[in-house]
Amino acid sequence: MNNPPHFKGFSPIGLTEENLPVIINFEEYEAIRLSDFELHGHVEAAQIMGISRPTYTRIYESARRKVAEAFVLGKTIVFEGGKVYFDSEWYSCNNCGCWFNHPEKEQEIKNCTLCGSTDIEQYKETSQQITTENIYICPTCGYEKMHLTGSPCQKEICPTCNCLMILKGTPLDHKMKNKNCN
Amino acid sequence: MKVAITSDGNSLEAKLDSRFGRCSYFVVYDTESHSTEFIPNPYKENIEGAGLASVQLIASRGAEKVISGEFGAKVKSLFDSLKIKLVMLKDPEKKISSIIELLNHKI
Repeated sequence: MNNPPHFKGFSPIGLTEENLPVIINFEEYEAIRLSDFELHGHVEAAQIMGISRPTYTRIYESARRKVAEAFVLGKTIVFEGGKVYFDSEWYSCNNCGCWFNHPEKEQEIKNCTLCGSTDIEQYKETSQQITTENIYICPTCGYEKMHLTGSPCQKEICPTCNCLMILKGTPLDHKMKNKNCN
Repeated sequence: MKVAITSDGNSLEAKLDSRFGRCSYFVVYDTESHSTEFIPNPYKENIEGAGLASVQLIASRGAEKVISGEFGAKVKSLFDSLKIKLVMLKDPEKKISSIIELLNHKI
């Protein structure tokens, strides 16, 4: 993403009580910017962001819903997080709760730069919750795999029996389409 | 090594300022000599460019690490190119003295 917003969000005028803010990720901001400000088509915009068209549409849909929610319910909009925010290597420390980065990427990080604790974690882009939505299951042997963002899931093949894997929870007649399946 | 911390006052009892460019004071702490220096932020009231000007101030003091609540997008990339480490602490109630204590726990 090239164009982060230069401000942190919006707030409604004239409300005395503060509602919980709506958090719009940077990728959602970018989707609105590309589609509704620069007037790109979804296919074009998806290419600019380097993601697939369905993913783009999903992000855009979510962004519009959040904007609508903020408009209708008078909520504050906060731009935050998402999967594009951390451009250099970021780590979090479980001991002191800080976040830190390291500009020299060659070195291995073992200690927190603040408190020196070794209990640190690297920020991962794929910190997704495990739901049935992103688990793939092999229809034959039942092998399960988590779907990773960016990998073409429609061609996911089970490592044990070469079957095309299906989304967990879909009906099993999808198996009929498989050719390589034993 | 020198560490810069953003502070909302000029004593060790002051708290961490969660804003970087428009914090009240910068504390420059030297981990070897254990000396602290409080620098009032001259760019606090700037309409524009407070972050970038503050980066220059900190870099000119020779700090290798900066502790604050948050950093803006412009500042982050500049710090990256200067090879200055960033630490974000999401705890606005933390006192400068306790941050310095944390730093000294390092072996």
